[in-house]
Parts: sequence; C-alpha cells; structure tokens
Amino acid sequence: MKSKGARLILQPAPLLRSGLTTPAAMRDVVYALVPLVIGASWWFGLSALLVLLAATAGAVITEWIFSLGAARGQSLQDLSATLTGMLLGLTLPPGLPLWMAFVGGAASIGLGKLIWGGLGQNPFNPALVGRAFLLGAFPTAMTTWQAPSGPAGFLGIIPSNLALPLQQPTVDALSSATPLGLMKFQNQETPLPDLMLGHTAGCLGETSGLLILLGGVYLALRRSIDWRITVAVLFSASVFSGLLHLFDADNPQPIVALFSGGLLFGAIFMATDPVTSPVTPRGAWIFGIGIGVLAILIRTFGGYPEGIMYAILLMNATTPLIERVTQPRPFGRGRPTL
Amino acid sequence: MNPVAAIRRGFRHGVHPAQYKAQTVDLPIQRLPFGHRYVLPLGQHLGVPAQPVVSPGQQVRRGQLIAQPGGFVSASLHSPVTGRVRAIEPRRTADGSLQLAIEIEADRYATQHLEPRPRSDRLALSLTEFIEELQSAGIVGLGGAAFPTHVKYTMPEGKRIRHLLINGAECEPYLTNDHRLMVERPATLLRGIGIVKRKLGADRATIGIERNKPEAIAVLKSTIRRHHRTGIAPLQVKYPQGAEKMLIRAIFGVEVPADKLPRDLGIVVNNVGTLTAIADYFDFGMPLIERVITVSGPGVTYPANLIVPIGTPVREVLDFCGGLKPPTRAVVMGGPMMGLPLPSLDVPVVKGTSGILAFTAESLPARRELPCIRCGRCLKACPHFLNPSRLGRLARLGRYEDMRRHFAMDCVECGACTLSCPSGIPLTQLIRVGKSKLRNSAAGSI
Repeated sequence: MKSKGARLILQPAPLLRSGLTTPAAMRDVVYALVPLVIGASWWFGLSALLVLLAATAGAVITEWIFSLGAARGQSLQDLSATLTGMLLGLTLPPGLPLWMAFVGGAASIGLGKLIWGGLGQNPFNPALVGRAFLLGAFPTAMTTWQAPSGPAGFLGIIPSNLALPLQQPTVDALSSATPLGLMKFQNQETPLPDLMLGHTAGCLGETSGLLILLGGVYLALRRSIDWRITVAVLFSASVFSGLLHLFDADNPQPIVALFSGGLLFGAIFMATDPVTSPVTPRGAWIFGIGIGVLAILIRTFGGYPEGIMYAILLMNATTPLIERVTQPRPFGRGRPTL
Repeated sequence: MNPVAAIRRGFRHGVHPAQYKAQTVDLPIQRLPFGHRYVLPLGQHLGVPAQPVVSPGQQVRRGQLIAQPGGFVSASLHSPVTGRVRAIEPRRTADGSLQLAIEIEADRYATQHLEPRPRSDRLALSLTEFIEELQSAGIVGLGGAAFPTHVKYTMPEGKRIRHLLINGAECEPYLTNDHRLMVERPATLLRGIGIVKRKLGADRATIGIERNKPEAIAVLKSTIRRHHRTGIAPLQVKYPQGAEKMLIRAIFGVEVPADKLPRDLGIVVNNVGTLTAIADYFDFGMPLIERVITVSGPGVTYPANLIVPIGTPVREVLDFCGGLKPPTRAVVMGGPMMGLPLPSLDVPVVKGTSGILAFTAESLPARRELPCIRCGRCLKACPHFLNPSRLGRLARLGRYEDMRRHFAMDCVECGACTLSCPSGIPLTQLIRVGKSKLRNSAAGSI
C-alpha cells in the first residue's frame, strides 16, 4: 500500500514496554504459593483446601461487590484480591471454622485495602490486617492447632471447620501445639527435619520451610519480590536470635528460629508486598532489618509465641518515613536534604 | 581513566528493551532517489531559528546557503537540491507545531551533482575559524537533539577539551544508522575524529560502542592505526547508554554534576554521524544537506538504511520503502524510546532525524492503566536516580513546584520508567508535562 490515507494516532514515546504487567506479577506470586497449597493439603487434608477456598472467596467476593459501582471499573482481573485471599488462607489454622475464614477474607479486602482507596493505596498488608482482625475477634479459634494428619487422613475434615456462624466451635481432642508454642510454654524443641518438611502443627502455609524457600527462590529469580527485604528479615532475625541464644540457651538457635512459625513465610510473601514496603533499595534493607528484630523481640519477650505478623504491620506503618529518609542520590548531585 | 570504571564499563540503573535491530542491521546504506519537493523548517536545530537569505521564486543550487544562523546558538541551512524556492511559509513539523519553513521544488532536469571542493586549507584554520566554518556548514548533532556542534566546541577562556568521546552506542532499539555508518565508512569517521581532535587540541579520542555491534567494533579496530590515538570502548548493552552523561559515566566512571556540562570536565561528546558529516564537509565541501536514517518497524514493508536529503517528506521515504503495511497506526520520527509520534506523513526529515519507524496496532503497547503498586521498578530504571512514580503522582496533582524539589528538571525523558512500569502508567509523559509547566512558569516570572 502507498502511504496515503493512513490514519495515525499520536501515542507518545516510549512505544516499548518491558512485558511485565501488574496482573502477571500477581500471578507469579500465586504460582509461588502453589507448592505451599499442595503441602498444606498433604499435611492437613481437605480441611486445608476448604479454609483456603473460604478465605479466598471472602476476599474475591468483597472485591467484586465493592467494584460494582467503582468508576475505575471491575478490579478483579488484576488478581490482587485472589492473592490476598490465598495469602490470608495460608496464615490460618487448619481447623478454623470456614465462616471465620470467609469473614477474614472479607476483612482483608474491605478493611485492609478498599477503605484506603483500593490497590496501591493501603498502608498495611491487607492479608495481615485480615489475620489481625481474626485474631482479635476469634482468639480461641485462631490459636487452636491441629497435628498434621498426613495423606492418610486426606478426606477427613476437621469437625471444627464446619461450625456454624456465630457459634464457638468445640475444641476437639486432636488439637496440638505449634513448635513456637511448645518452645514458649513447654520449653520443648521440635526437630529441625520436621520444621523443614512441615510435619508440625501450625498455620496452613507456614509449616514446611523447604516449600516456602522454593517459592521464594522462584520469586527472587523472576524478580517479582525485592530480595533485599527477605534477606534483611532473615539475616537480622538470625543475628538477633543468635545473640539471645548466646545470653540464654533456652532461646532457640537461629536456624530453629528461622524455620519455626511464620517467619520464613512472612519474610518471603508478606514483608515483600510492594504496596506496603519501601520502594527505595536502602529503605528495603532498613524495613527488613526492623521486621526481623521486632519479630524476635515479640517472640522472646512478648505475650505471643509468634511475632512476625505484628512486626510486619508495625514496620508497614514506618514505610513512608523510611522512604523519606532513604531517597536515592540523584545522578550528579549530593544526597538530597530531607 | 579510572581503571575500575574501565573494567566495569557501565552506568547504573537503566533498562534492557528488546533490540529489534536484526531487520536492518545487515542492510547496506542506500541513497534515496531525488524527489520533487523539500521542506526545510528554519528551527530544526536547538536554539535560535535560522534566517532565510533566499526569496520565493529564486533558483538555488544543491548545497547553496538558504538560511543563515539567527544567532550564536543557531546553524545555517543549505538547499538539499538544485531547484527553485517555492515558498517560505509556516509548515507542520514533527512535533506538531507550525514552523516557518523554506520549500524547495527540485529541478527535475538537474543532475544534482555536487562539485567536490575539498578544503585543503583545513590544516591552517584556527580554532575560531574552524568553529565558524562548522556553523556555516550547518553542522549540528546528528544523534537526535540537533544541538549546534560549534557551540559544543566553544570553550570558556583558559579551558581545553582533553578528550573527544564518540557516541556509537546507538542504544535506541530498531535504529542501525550509526552502526552502518561505522561499518561502511570507518575511514571517514576516523578522518572526522582526527580533524576535530586536532582543532580542539584533544589528547585522545574514545569511541563508545555497545557490544551488540561486534561488526562495527571489528571494522573500526582494523581501521584504527596508532597515529589516530583513538580507542574503542565496547560497552554493555543497556539503555540509555547513548545519553551523553551516561556514556561518560560508562567510559570514565565519573558523574557529570547536574548543573555542569561535559566540557566542564574537559570532555566533548559527538555522535558518529556528526563526525562523519564534519569529514564530508572538509573532504568535499558538502554542508549538512543529507543524513543516514533507519526506516524500520513492524509497519514498514521493506526496512532500509538510507541516505536521505534533509527536507524530504516522510511520505516519500516510506513510499520508497514499499509503503506502510495496512494496519499501521503510528509513525515515529527517531527511536521508539524517545522519538516523536508524527501527526502527518507530510512532515519533513530534519537534521536530527535518526529514523522513521512505523508501528502496527498490535505492536503498540496497550494504553490501559492500572493503579501504581509501588513496585519500585521505575526507580531502578531511572538513570538519573529520580523517583518517577512520585514525580508522576505530583504531576497528576498539579504540584509542579514539588516536582522541581524532587529534581524533575534533571529528567532527560529517556522513557526507561514508562518502559519498566507494570501498571502501564505514562510516567515519562507526566514528567514531561510537569517540566514544561515549570519551564513556562519560569519564563513567565522573568
């Protein structure tokens, strides 16, 4: 064709894109969670899948309802609600009544994200806001743990899952304690291989250290998470718990501290949430170090056996401040003044 | 040279766009046949527009002066063909504005032969005379910005250029015009380097070439002799390596301060095309009346590297290349990262045109925008270490003074932030708006 009559549009440069899109980045994290979902079903059977499903449904349905009238349009396809629901689900105990998991998902999206203005506007990690909400509202159910049944019990559903809304479930005889609970309240250590493989009681996604690391390595290789934050959390937690262990041998060794509880899961999947962590590289280090220290501090001196959730939420609150003091030095200039 | 920098050979941050150079990288430079109509905007260089010295109806020869510099930061214009001045009137240019332009109708019976007039007296020229010659030859930077070259060479009293840096990075995807020039005319390029080096009294010259152009590196290596006192610096492939300050950072490991120019460090950076044009002027007496451009992109039927007379309408260049494929939606002058989207195909090729690229609907990025998820990719892309996401947000809020405080004026609009943004936010465009508001308010307050 002769170049006559071509209708041109004025799209400003650059006309190239990196190819990475926000939904694709979210999808990447979902992929990284798949081994954890499989691991959770292996250890806790159908209950794990049901709790995950309920939490995710709560998140997705809330997002759907609230974007019905939004000027921005339907926001489900950015996958962030799905991801938040899955992340929340993986931090819940396997025996949690399904309706609570659903309410938790709704709280994550509603209180954690939408009231702030939606994706990108929330100061706190939405999944952890949902979990903190559940811990406050249903303290007993949120701290009742099941011993892993293994694949033999796959089709068995933990009875408390099916408790009706607004009824407290009866605690059944199979309940167990998490490695951190055992350590804190009974001074009993869990063997490291069990911690690695996930043969312990605990939240759905936090039990197997190896599977969490697998997801973390995938995300770091895909550059979907800022590895600085993860490394900073794990490094500072190891150093701090190592120091505490030196002073008092009752405190766990760093390697046990790393692989028990939600520290690893939090460091890889929660602390790295881009919306609620600093964008500056130096800020990422400070943020991660703060989380690691706070988590061990809460574990050792606080009332809870695990502190990673509050450590991350507290550091989320400092993100704007950290960014302010860690602005990069512009090319050919001195450091910017605050 | 800082030895550590010599090993690292890079600048920090930046992006890695897909290259898209394969379509034209091996295509030898062809000459576009002469056409009928040429349009020469008077302000096609940075600075003051040129002043016409011809009037409508006047006969002009190829290479004849048609407009003289309008000031010091300005350059001459010459007729690209033998013919007749048809009009001097406002015409649409690539940036969409109307600009006074000289239209020349080619004499279809003229041979368009240019009598070579070698400047054998070039050795005798003083630096001042040399600088004046460049201005009257209409030489401007051919890398894209079209900054008059003689201004770059004019040094404050007592200062001297010690190092001539030759920009052969060609970091913009699709473009291969500089690459072809290095491969096909290495001796001319080296002659241009020699002339400039001698006139400026520079001790050394270094040609920076990205490693994705091994042929150019090999050809130049085998052409360079000891007496040229010229080195080659192979560079990692990264955008925007060809930005003057990034090239200096990559080769010397130093940052040119934000309020300074390369010459304050005793360095001058020239594009390979500019130096070839200088050599052509002294070899043949040919002022800047033609240049090499790359015609490429998914919308072009037969991509090519072409010598095109300045003033040729884009439509004629595209017709020579087989025309546009039917689904073409956008034509860009320059590279895909910093080029100008053309409002019409009737705008002319100017001295700063390095390429003409045509994009089909599928090859253009989606214009759908998602909320910023603060992933920080734009920060890690920005070669000037700015915070594009915040600058974009401030631009949307109309907080232009805050943008200035966050160094928006340092932005070179390279497009790396927009390229890297997973949410499709037009960061570069937002910053561009803020910068122009700031410039206008500064101009208004004086």
